[in-house]
Amino acid sequence: MTQVNRLAGGLIDRSRTISFRFDDKWMKGHPGDTLASALLANGVRLMGRSFKYHRPRGPLSAGSEEPNAIVELRDGARREPNTRATTAELFDGLTAQSQNRWPSLAFDALAINDRLSNFFAAGFYYKTFMWPAAFWEKLYEPIIRRAAGLGSLSLQADPDSYDKGYLHCDLLIIGAGPAGLAAALTAGESGLNVILADEDSLPGGRLNAETFGLGQQSGSDWAAEATERLAALPNVRLMTRTTVLGAFDHGIYGALERVSDHLPVPPEGKPRQILWRIYSRRAILAAGATERPIVFENNDRPGIMLAGSLRAYANRWAATPAPEIAVFTNNDDGHRTAQDLKAKGVTVAAVIDTRPDAPKGNGYEVIAGGTVTNTSGRLGLTKIEVTDARGTRRTIRCGALGVSGGWNPNVSLTCHQRGRPTWDADIHAFVPGGTLPEGMVVVGAANGRFSNHTALTSGADAAAQIATELGHSATRPDLPQAEDTPLALTPFWHVKGAKRAWVDQQNDVTAKDVKLAHQENFVSVEHLKRYTTLGMATDQGKTSNTAGLAIMAEVAGKSIPEVGTTMFRPPYTPTAIGAFAGRARGKDFRPTRKTLSHFWAEEQGAVFVEVGMWLRAQWFPRAGETHWRQSVDREVLQTRRSVGICDVTTLGKIDVQGADAAAFLNKIYCNAFAKLPVGRVRYGLMLREDGIAMDDGTAARLAEDHFVVTTTTANAVTVYRHMEFVRQCLCPDMDVQLISTTEAWAQYSVAGPNARKLLQKVVDPEFDISNEGFPYMACGEITVCGGLPARLFRISFSGELAYEIAVPTRYGDAMIRRLMEAGREFDVVAYGTEALGVMRIEKGHAAGNELNGTTTALNLGMGKIVSANKDSIGAVLSRREGLNAPDALRLVGLRPVDRSKPVPAGAHLMTRGSPVDAAHDQGYVTSACYSPNLGHSIALAFLKSGDTRMGEILRLVSPLTGVEHDVEVVSAHFVDPEGERLRA
Amino acid sequence: MLINHPLLGPRDASEFVYKGDAALINRPDPDAPDALEQFIDYGYLRDNPAGAHRELWFHEQGDRSWLVVTRNTLTHEITSVELARDVARREGRSK
Repeated sequence: MTQVNRLAGGLIDRSRTISFRFDDKWMKGHPGDTLASALLANGVRLMGRSFKYHRPRGPLSAGSEEPNAIVELRDGARREPNTRATTAELFDGLTAQSQNRWPSLAFDALAINDRLSNFFAAGFYYKTFMWPAAFWEKLYEPIIRRAAGLGSLSLQADPDSYDKGYLHCDLLIIGAGPAGLAAALTAGESGLNVILADEDSLPGGRLNAETFGLGQQSGSDWAAEATERLAALPNVRLMTRTTVLGAFDHGIYGALERVSDHLPVPPEGKPRQILWRIYSRRAILAAGATERPIVFENNDRPGIMLAGSLRAYANRWAATPAPEIAVFTNNDDGHRTAQDLKAKGVTVAAVIDTRPDAPKGNGYEVIAGGTVTNTSGRLGLTKIEVTDARGTRRTIRCGALGVSGGWNPNVSLTCHQRGRPTWDADIHAFVPGGTLPEGMVVVGAANGRFSNHTALTSGADAAAQIATELGHSATRPDLPQAEDTPLALTPFWHVKGAKRAWVDQQNDVTAKDVKLAHQENFVSVEHLKRYTTLGMATDQGKTSNTAGLAIMAEVAGKSIPEVGTTMFRPPYTPTAIGAFAGRARGKDFRPTRKTLSHFWAEEQGAVFVEVGMWLRAQWFPRAGETHWRQSVDREVLQTRRSVGICDVTTLGKIDVQGADAAAFLNKIYCNAFAKLPVGRVRYGLMLREDGIAMDDGTAARLAEDHFVVTTTTANAVTVYRHMEFVRQCLCPDMDVQLISTTEAWAQYSVAGPNARKLLQKVVDPEFDISNEGFPYMACGEITVCGGLPARLFRISFSGELAYEIAVPTRYGDAMIRRLMEAGREFDVVAYGTEALGVMRIEKGHAAGNELNGTTTALNLGMGKIVSANKDSIGAVLSRREGLNAPDALRLVGLRPVDRSKPVPAGAHLMTRGSPVDAAHDQGYVTSACYSPNLGHSIALAFLKSGDTRMGEILRLVSPLTGVEHDVEVVSAHFVDPEGERLRA
Repeated sequence: MLINHPLLGPRDASEFVYKGDAALINRPDPDAPDALEQFIDYGYLRDNPAGAHRELWFHEQGDRSWLVVTRNTLTHEITSVELARDVARREGRSK
């Protein structure tokens, strides 16, 4: 195929010819082309099928507002669906597939939907697929999704990377058309720190699409020169291929820079895209305007496009959809299309102008007061039917029709905060209104002032004003003479009587649908939008909203401003999820934290589990062990028989110092701390202010004014935050300081009957750690291994004689190796989190499963420890009647009557003979395991009035796992209930 | 959003953790005869103004200051930022 519709001139690089593929055809284009311009040059107008009716469609526009020409770009894992052909820059080897068609673009079986369109009007789905409800998910939705849709995903991982970046500037200028360039020259030369962002690869905006001169230069030459001047200013950052997606609070903008989308693959080490967060003191919105179509019968055929876009294709990309064109307009701007294309050698069949007083043609026929009343051409426009002012119909042959209903200021970003566009009756369009984003000024066409002269001067004026406000002396550049024609437009929205006239081409919403919505009493514009889906496609209705409103206003007998407008939300154009994720993908979603025994544990072949962000050893399999239970049972039995070591570094550690440290702990723990002697540790239960248990741990008093508090691994951050809240907001005069030292210490639990003997080999001999010298719940600062400072706590989670020994983090690896070496004569075992869990369940210690955000101290069997003699967080509300009901849940132990049965966590408890339903629920199992010491399953559970039901036989029910058998209520202290081992 | 930290200058809101109504500073007297009612009010009842709202933010990714930020809930305009400790002292809290 040759470039049959390639014209002369343009801003493409003809010195190079590049190849690209669309569906199964290879074609040629030039650098500087978009996929759409190259396809048009190659005589291809048909680029896609519509969403609902599978109507053949070609490009409507030449920019990011495009509703129709959306394709799947690239192959394999890089395939990107729903990409606008009008913005995809051509590169050598580009591949694209049309989408939403089967088996081919030219013959699409589902085009039958178009024939059935009477059934598919607005609200069709709501009305039709109502019954039976279960059919929606299983039957209707999958079928509809297959028939109506957009592109398909590759279903492979995205091979590219995305970055996030942060920029700061005095002034962000959005849009590098004449207004933006003039603003940037002014601000840049006045010394402001400026960012100029434009979604296009080539700065200049409409200057590159028009034939206007600026001074003695062409518009595009002036833009190129201005760009060079800006590039020479070190205080100006020019960001092309960068779409400002959203305006957020306090002058913050989000922008997407397409770093590598114009290349076959990103260069080595480069991201595909960068999501920028731009902090600006001020912003100038110079986003230009978007042309809007007129709605008429069969206005969606390939070849029918916006008149300004036809001009852009001819002037910038030297391409035309067809050698013979016509124009349908309600304003003078449409005539420019005829003039420009005629100058490029394209035949202009006619200009149909809805205004009876239309200007005369300049070498082409003008049909004043005429309208286009129908079109034909199955896969592309061949003829239009024109009705002239006298009502006479005639047919005009043409392969393309430029349509212009006027221009809409591009107000999207003004709406992202509290802006509400207002109707400007002079230009018949919505202009920025309401409260604009903080620090934003709108200039040029985006502000409803369309001439090049006003673009240049309003841009420069706004920048000069901002420069002065920010304390710079404004330097105004010489601006060229520019066109300053007043707008000449008579509103004309749609051709009356049209039935199949498309308002929103991407979502297949017709004029009839809008009328139907009104007929069915959808009065609000927001309801219209949701009922018909007008403006809800990926283009957010950039080319369709105004026509939809105008038609609604007409049927409602109101004016457009009375009907209102819909709002635009971020992002301005569709944005890949990958850009929002950035580098936070897969394992990089959040940091992985490793303890200091990690490498040693890896050497032992440990199996790890994620706990919060930490990796903790779950168990340490040995040769011959084929099931995790074998490893865990061995670790538990060996610890209880001799000695075991577990890394407990991940527990939160908070250093509390100051004269009021004890008073502070008294406040945050519900139990008493003031009288804890130096050198002793106490268990502490922290309540939330509502009386529910928040976290538990220990506090060790190292000195009169120095405590070390531990938290659970999962709550380390939130407990610290809470403690700072109490310190700063509730007790601001307490002399107390907090710092998290979780990362400062590597801590190991050494548990089992031989724990002391093992530690005596490590602890320096001047420290007495005998039972008398260092009893249960003692703590102290010691040295180990010949002088290394360490902390020793005699605390036990396992129920055995146990110590926790802490050394500075950098000695963590050495310490685990030394401990294991020292323990060899006792056949020491390393145990992981599973064995830890088994031993704490055997001892009836509550953990995260029990402190689950719904339980009180009373539920946990610790009601008595809530001190009545002092104020502490949560104490008052823990005394509420509702939390102290006689049948409140109590922590109990369970064992299966048939000892061979399991006791699954999450199972519920029922009295024997009662119905199995929520009303008869007696409680639930929170933690369960197999106890190798007892030889059967055991569990902890919350049971109504559980403390008075010891020995009762209940039914354990878990419909999910199919379990239903009897269990006996027992004490939660399965092993060593008297605590003799602890104190040994 | 940007929060103008009294000690550190403007910082991005993403560095902070939000807690809620700054009325949480005014923890009732646990010894008052109607302490239970007061605590229920304190714990569960919040004003939800459309407009200026004094609220607590914690600079968790920063210097760990609790701040009282006065923010307009309609516009996100921030009119005042103070150290919560200063506010607490001013409102009569001590130890």
